[in-house]
Amino acid sequence: MAPTPSLPTGMKAAPLPVATRASMLLRCLAIQGSWNYEILNGNGIGFCVEPALRHLPGGVGGDAYREALARQCAYFNAHPYLASLAVGALARAELERTPPDRIVRFRTALCGPLGSLGDRLVWAAWLPACSLVALLLFGLGLGPVGVAVGFLVLYNTGHLALRAWGLGSGWLHGLRLASALGAAWLQRGPQYIARGAALVAGIALPFAANRAIGGGASIEPVPLAVMALTPCLAFLLVRLHGKVEGWQLLFGLLAILVFYSTVLH
Amino acid sequence: MLPFTLDLLPLVLLGAVLGLDVVSFPQAMISRPIVAATLAGAFAGSPAAGLVVGVALECLALETLPFGASRYPEWGSASVVGGLIGTRGADGALLPDPGAWVIGVMAAIATAWVGGWSMVQHRKLIARWARPRLEELAAGSMRTVVSLQVYGLTADLLRGGGLTLLGLTVAWPISTWAIASWRLGALETRGVLILGAAAVAASAVWKVLHGYSVTRRLFVAGLAVGTMLVGFRG
Repeated sequence: MAPTPSLPTGMKAAPLPVATRASMLLRCLAIQGSWNYEILNGNGIGFCVEPALRHLPGGVGGDAYREALARQCAYFNAHPYLASLAVGALARAELERTPPDRIVRFRTALCGPLGSLGDRLVWAAWLPACSLVALLLFGLGLGPVGVAVGFLVLYNTGHLALRAWGLGSGWLHGLRLASALGAAWLQRGPQYIARGAALVAGIALPFAANRAIGGGASIEPVPLAVMALTPCLAFLLVRLHGKVEGWQLLFGLLAILVFYSTVLH
Repeated sequence: MLPFTLDLLPLVLLGAVLGLDVVSFPQAMISRPIVAATLAGAFAGSPAAGLVVGVALECLALETLPFGASRYPEWGSASVVGGLIGTRGADGALLPDPGAWVIGVMAAIATAWVGGWSMVQHRKLIARWARPRLEELAAGSMRTVVSLQVYGLTADLLRGGGLTLLGLTVAWPISTWAIASWRLGALETRGVLILGAAAVAASAVWKVLHGYSVTRRLFVAGLAVGTMLVGFRG
């Protein structure tokens, strides 16, 4: 396939139609649909950028389209939510007919920052924070609908906003994406969310534990024992970090409990 | 007996959809235990008890964050298994039956562990399918791009459904036996379970949020305030 010539310097791509942007955003929700150990998220990126590539000269199946789609399906990895930044920026770069080697270099350089930033912001901060808020809602007495809906609305407000912002911001900045990645809220967000989550966790756990035990007076022997032993067991789990996971330990503990209650007792 | 055919079908479908949500689509976290077990409980007629099972599982899930290509427990389908088993005998009550709750949590942990393994196999399967099509991808074939995506999503949906079916098939008879033979008091059973779940959650918060200054102090301060408030309320 002969390389397609780039647009003259300074030429801007026309704004994407709303339907194309909506299609790209919707596809971003399935960006990890074909995640695999061969090309990781490469196919997913190609899948999400594809609606924009239809606007290349020659349309679907044209040389420009096929060259661009091939480039976008190569090996790629990033956090799934922040990958929408890459999708927007790469779509713009392709439609502006940026030289292919620049696009490939840019694409490769994006993997690391989008992965680590997304992991810190979403998996290690926003998700646990929302989860802990849900535990607090439970502890405060909300019912199944209140807790589940409260969690889903809170989490997905951040989730969908991040994906939509990523796509829009990627398109806006194109290859100059570094300025978007340097935004203060993105860099400092994990820190603020983590602090809030830590405080919520402290308040939520006693409330949630109290309600799950039955909500009775906390001066009775069982709730008191739970209150006293929980920090000890938690300390042990922190000390065992890297050697054994908490859920594995709990499985063992419960197996002993089942044996005691059904056979020995 | 396991509620076969028509009763089981919606639960397997629920497990399939929630398994899909974990990674493939749409990652809206309907697969988190606090939602998934509640939904399973609602299917069984005990949403409140399902929520309580979900709370215990959510404490465990806090410890296992879904970082990239690593292997981690799959809590979506697992929480459907845990939620359904855990609410057996609850009959609409606010709290689960103690024996069912314990077995439900254990079933969810075991299913989540197998689920983590199945996710790795799923990724390998897509890679095997993608390998002979790399040339087509390199030629910019839209058809190949879309078919890989659809194949991956369908395989993940089937993986979640199969996992749910397997979990329920294995855990159902065990829970029947455990519920009938459970002798330990309800309060004591709940105490042990909550002790373990709360300790896992507390250690997870300590480990996950330790990277930022002040977080640990805020956690301890919150814990003091929370404990006092619960004490006053009690």
